[in-house]
Amino acid sequence: MTVPEATAITPDAPHLDVDALIGDPGVRVIVCCGSGGVGKTTTAAALALRAAEQGRSVCVLTIDPARRLAQSMGLTELDNTPRPITGVEPGSLNAMMLDMKRTFDEIVIAHSDPERAQSILDNPFYQALSSSFAGTQEYMAMEKLGQLRAEAETDQRWDLIVVDTPPSRSALDFLDAPKRLGSFLDGRLIRILAAPARGAGRLTSRVVSASFGVFTNVLAKVIGAQVLQDLQVFVASFDALFGGFRERAEATYAQLKAPDTRFVVVASPEQDALREASYFVERLETENMPLAGLVLNRVVPVLAADLTVEAAEAGAEILADLGEDPVTRGLLHLHADRMRNARRQRHVADSFVAAHPGVPVVAVPAFGDDVHDLEGLRAIGDAAGG
Amino acid sequence: MNLESVGRWADLSEARMHVVSGKGGTGKTTVAAALALALAAGGKRTLLLEVEGRQGLARVFDVPPLPYEERKVAIAPHGGDVIALAVDPEAALLEYLELFYNMRRAGNALRRLGAIDFATTIAPGVRDVLLTGKAMEATKRKDGQGRFVYDAVVMDAPPTGRVTRFLNVNSEVAGLAKVGPIRNQADTVMGVIKSRITTVHLVTLLEEMPVQETVDGIAELRAAELPVGGIFVNMVRQPLLPPEALAAAATGSLDKSRIAQGLVDAGLAPPSGKRSTRVSAWADALAHEASEHAERVALETQERTRLQATGRPMIELPYLAEGIDVGALYTLAAHMHENGVGE
Repeated sequence: MTVPEATAITPDAPHLDVDALIGDPGVRVIVCCGSGGVGKTTTAAALALRAAEQGRSVCVLTIDPARRLAQSMGLTELDNTPRPITGVEPGSLNAMMLDMKRTFDEIVIAHSDPERAQSILDNPFYQALSSSFAGTQEYMAMEKLGQLRAEAETDQRWDLIVVDTPPSRSALDFLDAPKRLGSFLDGRLIRILAAPARGAGRLTSRVVSASFGVFTNVLAKVIGAQVLQDLQVFVASFDALFGGFRERAEATYAQLKAPDTRFVVVASPEQDALREASYFVERLETENMPLAGLVLNRVVPVLAADLTVEAAEAGAEILADLGEDPVTRGLLHLHADRMRNARRQRHVADSFVAAHPGVPVVAVPAFGDDVHDLEGLRAIGDAAGG
Repeated sequence: MNLESVGRWADLSEARMHVVSGKGGTGKTTVAAALALALAAGGKRTLLLEVEGRQGLARVFDVPPLPYEERKVAIAPHGGDVIALAVDPEAALLEYLELFYNMRRAGNALRRLGAIDFATTIAPGVRDVLLTGKAMEATKRKDGQGRFVYDAVVMDAPPTGRVTRFLNVNSEVAGLAKVGPIRNQADTVMGVIKSRITTVHLVTLLEEMPVQETVDGIAELRAAELPVGGIFVNMVRQPLLPPEALAAAATGSLDKSRIAQGLVDAGLAPPSGKRSTRVSAWADALAHEASEHAERVALETQERTRLQATGRPMIELPYLAEGIDVGALYTLAAHMHENGVGE
């Protein structure tokens, strides 16, 4: 893999000093956020490796790594447990992939007696909720982060946790999903549904009773009576967990505001990705969550910037007219194309910087190849930190 | 480009419901929009559906956010209309309740109670049945004369990693609803999705991860017996170097002094006796850019071979350096048309 030199795509933005960030002993959690397809997981892994090689004990939590990236870190199975990676010194690196269903199951088991836990785990609604509810993955990522933090406090296994976030369309999902799940599990309707299971005596309000009648009637029509029954059983057995769940979701969310936590927003110099990055930066500001800066991946390095698109194309025209030197002509077209691409990237990056002038940025050049091994991750870390 | 696969798009000519998926960042929404344009060309009508509630279609067509209402967003080449609809599961459920049970008011009451949100949230299978059910309804809808209202329906579907589960509503719902109307609806939708009326296209780039997801996605769709359509290879860069230059660039053996001379011949530097340092710096830079380019071309060739091995028809869409705007959609639609889409 060749490493193109770093580029100045955002000359007006403050520089994000990656080494200072990962080297700061006061920083114990780094959360990498961004929309899907911007190299977020790779960035998280590269930062974690670099921190470990600068002496820290690091644990990186990846969500859905591409097969080869997982292999590059020696992760072959998704077993929800941090695994040490060999060949990293002087610090250490542990890596894990999140298994959201398993994480959810573990919470259920930890918070209820075995019999009740089993009835929850067997319920089809729980299975749907734990495996495909939009937001479960985000919530479980936060939950896992909380667990990793707790482990760090008890046995000092690591002093830095780097978290990748789920590959959602919107970067904000990571912040919103746990609350959504929490309020969903604690919603008015759940309480109504849970009511008959708690005993009809509690159903005192006529309005609630009437609504419930309408609700069950409609729901029974639409999804069938058996489904409704499953749902009520689910809600009833899950009811005992709800209180704990909501508190837990709030506590986990609050951890993201801890003074030892930093957010790194990852984007590529494309309009959609930077729009999401903008939303996220604004959101972090409102929530008083500490933003370290923006990692801008896949930046086209500009070489020979003084050979403009127009000059290169005019030169290629002249060579075409002369009917000679197809090689140089091709190279000039190639250069013009690359400059045009760089100009477009620069343009969208400029808009971001103009809107968020205080946000530090570091540009990571586009690599030809995907990451296959630690060497590849190291090269990306060098580009970001160097 | 793709001469060998042109004919095979014809195998998909019975398809009227086109589901477009792809890894995040591959331009799935753009390709879906261009496909809707291509299929509407020549006086037809296509409906373009959005199911993830993120107003991506409004953005690509540069129109205000779309309501839950079929609304014309573009005119196709040589006449024809593209209608867009952002499907909202909640609204679709209300519509469904009204249509089949005449329960609009009850439905509204339930919505205020949060019940609809609840039902479509707790059971993702239910939500997917509503979304795919809407697509099916639009595909089969006929006017007073018994003609199809839409010649084709294009759905900007969830990404590759989730699309099989999304379309496989039957097995999703099976665990939850063993009997009842939702189950019946799921069965009907499944029948249409598995028929030749439906086809699932995947959008990719010539890069390792998206290609891997495409290959995996095709295997998953096949395992679920869902109809795999074509592959749209998006953002393909045109070959800019002659083959021999590419080969030389790949091995780092481009003649830099010849390049420098070429730059002088191109009028980019004064033809002085001593070659300026600027020209030789440019020659170095161009040679370096060429070697990176050659590296990428080699990777692209490798990825293209992997895609061809799937045996699916492929259409390569050009990379548009100036970015994607409404005009670009027409360019992409024209490419699709030239490659046999909509014939």
